[in-house]
Amino acid sequence: MATSSVSKGCFVFKPDFKRKKVSFPIADYFNEGESLSEDSKLRFDTCQLLWQQMKSEAEELQEELNKNLFDSLIEFLEKSHLEFRKKSTKWNYQIKCREIPTAALVLGVNVTDHDLTFKGLTEMLRDTVTPYVVSLQAKECPDVKHILQKLASQLMGCCIDMESTEEEYVQSSQRKMHYSMAFLSTWYKSVTQKTSSESVKKKITSFSHWKESPPIVIILKDIESFSTKVLQDFIIISSQYLHELPIVLVFGIATSPIIIHRLLPQAVSSLCIELLQSLSCKEHLAKLLDKLLLTTRFPFKLNEKALQVLTNIFLYHDFSVQNFIKGLQLAILEHFYSQPLSILCCDLPEAKKRIHSLSEDQCESIRRLPSFMRYVEKQTPEKQVASLTDERFLKEETLRFLEDLHSYHENFFLVLKCLHAFTSSLPKYPLGRQIRELYCACLEKNIWESQEYEPALQLLRMLAKDELMAILQKCLEVCKSPPGKQFGGTVEKLQEFLVQFQKLEETESNEEENGSGSQQKGLQKTDLYHLQKSLLEMKELRSSNKKQTKFEVQRDRVVDFIDNLVRKYLSPPDTQTLYEVVYFTGAHILREHLNAAPRIALHTALNNPYHYLKNQALKSEDDSIPNVAPDICIAYKLHLECSRLINLVDWSEAFATVVTAAEETDPNSTASEEIKEIIHARFIRAVSELELLGFIKPTKQKTDHVARLTWGGC
Amino acid sequence: MNHLKVKESKMLEVQFVGDDDVLNHILDKEEGSKFRKDRTQLLVNVKKLMKKQENELNEGEQEDLKDENYVDILGGDTQESLKNGRVAGSSSSKVYSFQTRKNPEKMAELAHELAKTPGKSTSLISKENAEKMANTPQSSKKQSTSDKDQLKSDEKNEFLSTPYRLRKRLTVSTLPSDSESEYSDSNSEDEKGVKQEEEEKINEVMDQKRVVKHKSTSSSCKKVSAKKMKKDTTTDLVEEYFEAHSSSKVLTSDRTLQKLKKTKLDQQTLHNLLSKFSPSFSAELKELNEQHEQLFHKWMLQLHLGFNIVLYGLGSKKELLEKFRASMLQDSVHVVINGFFPGITVKSILNCITEEILDHMGTFRSVIDQLDWIINKFKDDSSLELFLLIHNLDSQMLRGDKSQQILGQLSSLPRIYLIASIDHINAPLMWDHSKQSLYNWLWYETTTYRPYTEETSYENSLLVQQCGTIALSSLTHVFRSLTPNARGIFRLLIKYQLENEDNPSYIGLSFQDFYQQCREAFLVNSDLTLRAQLIEFRDHKLLRTKKGTDGVEYLLIPIDTGTLTDFLEKEEKES
Repeated sequence: MATSSVSKGCFVFKPDFKRKKVSFPIADYFNEGESLSEDSKLRFDTCQLLWQQMKSEAEELQEELNKNLFDSLIEFLEKSHLEFRKKSTKWNYQIKCREIPTAALVLGVNVTDHDLTFKGLTEMLRDTVTPYVVSLQAKECPDVKHILQKLASQLMGCCIDMESTEEEYVQSSQRKMHYSMAFLSTWYKSVTQKTSSESVKKKITSFSHWKESPPIVIILKDIESFSTKVLQDFIIISSQYLHELPIVLVFGIATSPIIIHRLLPQAVSSLCIELLQSLSCKEHLAKLLDKLLLTTRFPFKLNEKALQVLTNIFLYHDFSVQNFIKGLQLAILEHFYSQPLSILCCDLPEAKKRIHSLSEDQCESIRRLPSFMRYVEKQTPEKQVASLTDERFLKEETLRFLEDLHSYHENFFLVLKCLHAFTSSLPKYPLGRQIRELYCACLEKNIWESQEYEPALQLLRMLAKDELMAILQKCLEVCKSPPGKQFGGTVEKLQEFLVQFQKLEETESNEEENGSGSQQKGLQKTDLYHLQKSLLEMKELRSSNKKQTKFEVQRDRVVDFIDNLVRKYLSPPDTQTLYEVVYFTGAHILREHLNAAPRIALHTALNNPYHYLKNQALKSEDDSIPNVAPDICIAYKLHLECSRLINLVDWSEAFATVVTAAEETDPNSTASEEIKEIIHARFIRAVSELELLGFIKPTKQKTDHVARLTWGGC
Repeated sequence: MNHLKVKESKMLEVQFVGDDDVLNHILDKEEGSKFRKDRTQLLVNVKKLMKKQENELNEGEQEDLKDENYVDILGGDTQESLKNGRVAGSSSSKVYSFQTRKNPEKMAELAHELAKTPGKSTSLISKENAEKMANTPQSSKKQSTSDKDQLKSDEKNEFLSTPYRLRKRLTVSTLPSDSESEYSDSNSEDEKGVKQEEEEKINEVMDQKRVVKHKSTSSSCKKVSAKKMKKDTTTDLVEEYFEAHSSSKVLTSDRTLQKLKKTKLDQQTLHNLLSKFSPSFSAELKELNEQHEQLFHKWMLQLHLGFNIVLYGLGSKKELLEKFRASMLQDSVHVVINGFFPGITVKSILNCITEEILDHMGTFRSVIDQLDWIINKFKDDSSLELFLLIHNLDSQMLRGDKSQQILGQLSSLPRIYLIASIDHINAPLMWDHSKQSLYNWLWYETTTYRPYTEETSYENSLLVQQCGTIALSSLTHVFRSLTPNARGIFRLLIKYQLENEDNPSYIGLSFQDFYQQCREAFLVNSDLTLRAQLIEFRDHKLLRTKKGTDGVEYLLIPIDTGTLTDFLEKEEKES
């Protein structure tokens, strides 16, 4: 083979230049390599378009969420070096001068998402505040010298465009220079002077109030992984130079702000820390779901299982929104790749066009959809025949279904949000606290048949008036927010409820007055017997009254109304005809590719080869494996019987016993040397393979022994 | 662990059958020879008795049975560790008590069990076994009386133990203290027809064992009850771990490959031998691989969309990736990296990219600089595309944190497509969250069952064999390029080292002594020239210097004596 050699590990292959120019569009790979049909190209384009839209939506969301954080950071930066800019010599300032202004960004444990945040932050700072932004990672800074080096190179790098004439000088000096803070401060002085002198012609108008002396922002991306000593030294050194260099530190914190104190017990006194908190990743996810999935903007949807897999990976593994988006991307790709009808998974107007140009095959595959078949079965015979034979009729039907599906989704999400508004404030959250939990439940089955639904309604029937009104107000906002058409009735109904409640408030206050008046009347009589009697009467009156309070009646009506809405609109998507077109159902694909378990796969392959090699000879009922199994399985099985150390001789003998038994050699002929040799060689190979897999390793504890690296049964 | 218990008990039941089979075979085979027949009959008797008891046990309560089985296992263990103690005690006459949970005999048992899969004729090996079984009383007697460590008896020991062990298990399983006498009584009753002589032998062995046994049975009982109390599976698991990794010595048999006279195979012979062996299930394997090959287009698609692909699962994935390369990547620039190659480094990978693909001739101050350069280059030139195929991304050389970080950063570039394979069971531990997000993996399970021929061929540790050839050939090559004086110097060192072959505390020849010897042989005239000569050897890793405790420099050739002798012989023949 061209790619194996005993002297080389890397092999470069370059195609001829002539052939290289024939570049394949990615879409070619979409259709299993077969010649690209118009259909699959369209499908791929749809897929890409959809994904791009979703991605930009997600990015927008991210920006929007970061905006608050960034704004407060900029505000902080503005405050930080006020005195420095004024060159004040006040005594107060002299003291304060020893304190480095520091912003501690608490970003949460989802480290993988931080990069994006920092990237945005750096860009934003460069654009609006200062050209001098340096970001450091713990990996690059094992000691102070490295920090300074990084600092200098990044700082000088970022102003190269300003002094392009001196580029060479900078680069040469970069090599030779011994970096120190003193060096940096002279550099800073020269740079700032220069810019102030020629500030007029520079484009940095946005820095207007900074241009005098833009601060140097140093971002330490992962404060937890810096070593205490390095950080401490660096902070002390830079605090000494603070009157010459307007340094601002930004710490990225994944855990909790206490870490600063733990990490820098001494140096913390020379920091002036301001804490800034970013949105928690859970809220981020909730917002993301709201933007991407709980909307009719994007036709693509996940079914219950797939959504579960993605949220579980998020909740149990990494809290990373980026990974969630990646999962979503994979889901979209898989959906379009494996479902030929996904071509209709696009905007409604576009879909209408596409329906007309559906090919015969595609029509056939529509007819084969389970949901469509279910629908056909319920129809009258004439219609059945028509939808199974007449293509035009089928297309009309399809269009109708897609429209239905669209309006179904519109209503579904509105009702879902309303229901969530009602149930999210209930004690113990019977239907889930987050909307995604509720959503999952609704996707799975009829929510009103679930165990938790009844209790939730019971609880709703006990809401206080102000709570109820707040919720109703929320629902009203939800329903009004999109320019809804079909949902108009509900909005009016909700408004009506609200008005009634308000009226109730007024009448109630009147009633209360009346009530107190009647009580006073009752108290006029003094006879004990009569008093008791009247009290009893009053009690009865009140208890019967209680049931019939206007408010309660009204409340029940509201709850019934919601209940009706739920029953009407929140049926799970698989009840809809043609739901397969937009719902991705391959949860197992997501799990396999995103959350794989290589160790389990190895274990299965070794323990139960039948799982992969469907040969009857390999079938076995219990844990044992047949002796004809591949060598490595046998060696593995045998090694499971050993404790920490394994004697190679014993092992090889046991191996030979099993293998010879499987060979079915002639019992009378003595096993020839050659066969024995081969078996030995096979054993050697099996052992070295196990070593490669990490089950054993050579040991010097005893001659001809290997050590087991796993323990127990696997 | 409960299911572990059940599993082990299951195993034992199967084992009974297996032994029965063995005995049947013995009966079949040895019927002609009267001498042997007697012994086998004895064994069968034992067996029958045992079976009877077993049946009685089966009739008992279910709960009891479970315990019995459990005790069976533990009993078996005592027995085995005991036996081991005896084996090891041949030199130190030390008795080991409860220390091992598993040992090689278990492995042998399992081997038999596997070998006895119904429907297969297993006569060849069972004949061997039968012989051993038949010989057992003799060899055991030899052992019990003389207790001389012998390879032969050792080897047989493994097989002989079965009947005794089973007996012991039973005795432990019923009332441990007094059942032994009962048992031996019934034993003698049953064996009335058997030659007295044989019985005596057995009893003798048993008595001997019993003495040792008594110490351990009491402790074992305690342990058993203690074990039974623990229903909690997790604590059991934890315990199992600590038991396996306790500081106590692990008992394994002392047999070594050298005693077995198994020749060490070099890579070439190994390869030749293996090529003669055709693996079974080729049809299924082919089907399996075809399934994987269908994914090629999908892989390409996903690579282009920003994912990177990692393959896992049993079996070498080199061929699969090679096929992928051949069918998909012919028209694009790609680099194949053999992670299992012992000399591979990240630096060499980056060099490959910068020099051969980006045609850059300069050097870089550090790997990070180089990476930055590559990243910038790829950012600037949007026509650049590169496929990286890494076989064994988890290899020894690439699994370091820094290497992974750099490879991750490389793969996160939008137009660098990475497809890699991993094999080690703990490979995913290499990546923390940030690295995983750099790699942006899509996992694909591709179990191929293909042998890791190439991946393991570089491994020097290959336990059993190898060594030699490469060292020998490099030795010869270096040697031939030397001046006669230098050859003489090296030969002197080799001879000295061979003379001291048997000295375990030999740490090398001190430089001063060596210089003296070389002077006497008129090979050098000053220690400076000697040092100059030695540099050559050191550069080829044929010489290692070590400072002793007294500060003196010691010279040592880091090649095993066998190779050195071979080398000397060869040299002498040629000259």
